[in-house]
Amino acid sequence: MTVTELLSYEAALAAYDPVMGLEVHVELGTKTKMFCGCSTELGAEPNSQTCPTCLGLPGSLPVVNAIGVESAIKIGLALNCEIAEWCRFARKNYFYPDMPKNFQTSQYDEPIAFNGYLDVQLEDGEVFRVEIERAHMEEDTGKSTHIGGATGRIHGASHSLLDYNRAGIPLIEIVTKPIEGAGERAPEVAKAYVAELRELIRALGVSEARMDKGQMRCDVNLSLRPNGTTTFGTRSETKNVNSLRSVERAARFEIQRHAAVLTAGGTIVQETRHFHEDDGSTTSGRIKDNAEDYRYFPEPDLVPVAPAREWVEELRKGLPELPRVRRNRLREEWGVSEVEMQAILNAGAVDAIVATTEAGADAASARKWWMGELARNANEQGVSLEELSITPSDVARVSALVAGGDLNDKLARQVIEGVLAGEGTPDEVVEKRGLKVVSDDGALGTAVDEAIAGNAAIADKIRGGKVAAVGALVGAVMKATRGQADAAKVKDLILEKLGVSEG
Amino acid sequence: MTDNIIKLTAAEIAGKIAAGELTAVEVTEAHLARIEAVDEKVHAFLHVDREGALAQARAVDEKRARGEKLGPLAGVPLALKDIFTTVGMPTTVGSKILEGWIPPYDATLVKNLKAADVVILGKTNMDEFAMGSSTENSAYGPTGNPWDLTRIPGGSGGGSSAALAAYEAPLAIGTDTGGSIRQPAAVTGTVGVKPTYGGVSRFGMVAFSSSLDQGGPCARTVLDAALLHEAIAGHDPLDSTSIDAPVPPVVEAARNGSVAGMRVGVVKQFRGEGYQAGVVQRFDESVELLKSLGAEIVELDCPTFDLALSAYYLIAPSECSSNLARFDAMRYGLRVGDDGTRSAEDVTALTREAGFGDEVKRRIILGTYALSSGYYDAYYGSAQKVRTLITREFEKAFEEVDVIVSPTTPTTAFPIGERADDPMAMYLADLCTIPTNLAGNAAMSLPCGLAPEDGLPVGLQIIAPAMKDDRLYKVGAAVEAAFVEKWGHPLLEEAPSL
Amino acid sequence: MPGITREEVAHLARLARLELKGEELDHFAGQLDDIIGAVARVSEVADQDVPPTSHPLPLTNVMRADEVRPSLTPEQALSGAPAQEQQRFKVPQILGED
Ligand SMILES: [Mg+2]
Ligand SMILES: [Zn+2]
Repeated sequence: MTVTELLSYEAALAAYDPVMGLEVHVELGTKTKMFCGCSTELGAEPNSQTCPTCLGLPGSLPVVNAIGVESAIKIGLALNCEIAEWCRFARKNYFYPDMPKNFQTSQYDEPIAFNGYLDVQLEDGEVFRVEIERAHMEEDTGKSTHIGGATGRIHGASHSLLDYNRAGIPLIEIVTKPIEGAGERAPEVAKAYVAELRELIRALGVSEARMDKGQMRCDVNLSLRPNGTTTFGTRSETKNVNSLRSVERAARFEIQRHAAVLTAGGTIVQETRHFHEDDGSTTSGRIKDNAEDYRYFPEPDLVPVAPAREWVEELRKGLPELPRVRRNRLREEWGVSEVEMQAILNAGAVDAIVATTEAGADAASARKWWMGELARNANEQGVSLEELSITPSDVARVSALVAGGDLNDKLARQVIEGVLAGEGTPDEVVEKRGLKVVSDDGALGTAVDEAIAGNAAIADKIRGGKVAAVGALVGAVMKATRGQADAAKVKDLILEKLGVSEG
Repeated sequence: MTDNIIKLTAAEIAGKIAAGELTAVEVTEAHLARIEAVDEKVHAFLHVDREGALAQARAVDEKRARGEKLGPLAGVPLALKDIFTTVGMPTTVGSKILEGWIPPYDATLVKNLKAADVVILGKTNMDEFAMGSSTENSAYGPTGNPWDLTRIPGGSGGGSSAALAAYEAPLAIGTDTGGSIRQPAAVTGTVGVKPTYGGVSRFGMVAFSSSLDQGGPCARTVLDAALLHEAIAGHDPLDSTSIDAPVPPVVEAARNGSVAGMRVGVVKQFRGEGYQAGVVQRFDESVELLKSLGAEIVELDCPTFDLALSAYYLIAPSECSSNLARFDAMRYGLRVGDDGTRSAEDVTALTREAGFGDEVKRRIILGTYALSSGYYDAYYGSAQKVRTLITREFEKAFEEVDVIVSPTTPTTAFPIGERADDPMAMYLADLCTIPTNLAGNAAMSLPCGLAPEDGLPVGLQIIAPAMKDDRLYKVGAAVEAAFVEKWGHPLLEEAPSL
Repeated sequence: MPGITREEVAHLARLARLELKGEELDHFAGQLDDIIGAVARVSEVADQDVPPTSHPLPLTNVMRADEVRPSLTPEQALSGAPAQEQQRFKVPQILGED
């Protein structure tokens, strides 16, 4: 591993203009693989979801998954692409043990979708248009486990073990045109693009696009050119950058590394690079020389895909509201600022809040719970909001209990804590923990009477007009009811009993 | 008795079994005995599945005993080219790289045969990965031509055609990428049909050149070929290139042979240099025969056919270079040189070097070359244009004629070893058969006599438009009947006894 | 006609993962040169304005429904494996990246 001195980010940008290209692979959420009927369910026994086709057994043949094609068209349409009237699959020939046929069935010069764009919104609300070159269909490879080396790394391994359950799972590869003009915001644009794409894919319902599960993977291509020039510099390709934060870090690191090399009079090697999550650095991978010759040719085992225009238009009509449009609509409906909306977005809370309002809660309280108590909890556990064991309707119920005066905020937090701990629904937690606000006027009346009787001097002061002293009596009642009373109500009751009116 | 059984046609065998005059077990045993007696000399089979065949035969007899209706080929033995996957039987494709591999799945064609209650005797020899015209490229040694064991039985399906000519089986299956069903049929005096591309499923047929490969029937008579054709053809959802349309009425056509009023094309390009005199003579006599049977002969000029061989030797190697990449020593088949220190990459390269024969390596390298950047347009791209032009010439021709006839192959069977290290000479054997593969239409070869100079069989090729496979049988049956009448017996009876 | 050299054959053999021996390189270089020389005739049509045919059938849109079909059992899948471990295909060390 060669350690490169980095140039400071500011110095790099003072001299150079970054150009990026982003290649994102999305695993579709189809029930079966792209070219065979094997299940795509995660977590199955090794090699239990394989057949002659996805194992590349002699004699086997592929048949295209219709939902794979449909998903590709939906993605293309959502990315404002043209949809090919006629296109084919091609074979990309290269040997690798995780690829059963030693060619990947992919698309080459005839992608199903091309020439589109995606508008992405940066944190301050600025909208940046990322041009899309193409989106095409292909298939995933098997999974190798490297044995005998240090911590499962490929280097130093004595042998590898292959599981082909993943081989053949449909992938859509989405490639941007060179992203120019982002300047110092290039890393931010990269992150925002991948985030926006992820939202879009989820909104379309074609994949969960979980980066942590490898369902969405990003390659960051980056080059620098001296400010004021137009010719692209030599690029590096940082492979498999698998979180939003990493996309931003990888771009930033490569800008600084390229700048350091170029400033020192060196040249950039066209190569693949590996990103390291631990320190945000990249290291040299495979050099891309001319030895790599994929010998693409049209896949003779498949026939062309020629999506009927009526089908394409039908799919276009069925597209959901796109994430950015939806977000702006919600922001207005909820009456929050760009910055607040961005925070909600970053927390991954948009859908949860929407679902909670749909379950009857008002937007403000839904936001309050998801962005407060629940976000904190998820953060502590290191999980996403949707992984918490509480549903939007649970949250809506808690919110309704508060609105109805059955719970106060403090009790509501305890209810949520109970639900998260698996104690049941909000109502069950209230019941089991005995958390209901004491609203029974009889019980509360008794508590108030006792408080007045036990604090006669204070009661007199209040009767005498020192209304501010009521706090002490309220405190006494709250103590007696172990916090389960509505403080405002207690206050009103005391004043009423003492025949005093406020203000 | 055995002698009588093995000389029966498939149609006769099925008839006798259905009528209770023979049992399927008797028929199977007779053929197994014949294999036992002659296959040491012929070497048509790579694997004989005695137990499996007898079990299938018993099942047919039981079915009959239960009074169930039997299909038109129930109980008829068949020799299967070793290119189709078979559960419980090895599938080697004539290669060391797959030696001993027993597939976990049956090819669709095999399922169809089983559904028709055909008795599969075993797997036949072939040029490695179907690359060759002589069966000399088999990693398991050559097959002899029953007419003269020192000569080739054609290829790649020489094992299947030899099995028929040696009376080891009345039916066989071949595959035809550039002529591998028709050329062996021609040089062994048997009948072979390459159906329309997409007519017979390729699922489970080990790929050589995907856009050209087509499985098809081999038999000793036109009717038998038709019966087998009907049993194996039809749409298969597991093969995207399978035609979703009814199988042409081939059996009906074979039972009603006639050429009266038909227009028959003779292509100028299918004669000249390289054609043996006796082959040309028998072909010309066949044309005269067609005329005498009421056909009108039309001369055709198809200039691009001269480029067919060249286009084929770019397209087929290109596709095979990719199709054969999967033989990498990782998941199945041979593995060489895995000593615990070598990389997967090195083990793959060593295994492929050890496991593939010369012709396979030659074609892989040729295909790798033709597809590589910088050469693609000149070679692969141009070859695909030739394909378009050939298809157009066929289309134009079929506006004028119903079928086209030609010699199947320019020469009779050549001696084993003669062209072994001269690939270009070997490739010429497919001169007349290749255009059909490039265009995807249907063609048949049937015997049209013996060449006077060497006394070896000559094949007549009949070519029909795509999905008009029935025309092959209509014309073929008429020609066959006329020849048998003329000769007084089927041609194969003139073959020396083994 | 550009002659195909021994070095070119060696490069193609590497691409095709064939560990050709020295004498094979020479042998194949000669033969391939002959074959390429003969088949290069196809370029006679290179300038003709005709579409390439990659497939004899005019079919399009052959697709299947997204419905799960039975897979092989792991035992069947691994039945031809030269080596296996932990229900996975055991292969020699893999060089290189990605
Ligand atoms: Mg890709
Ligand atoms: Zn599968």
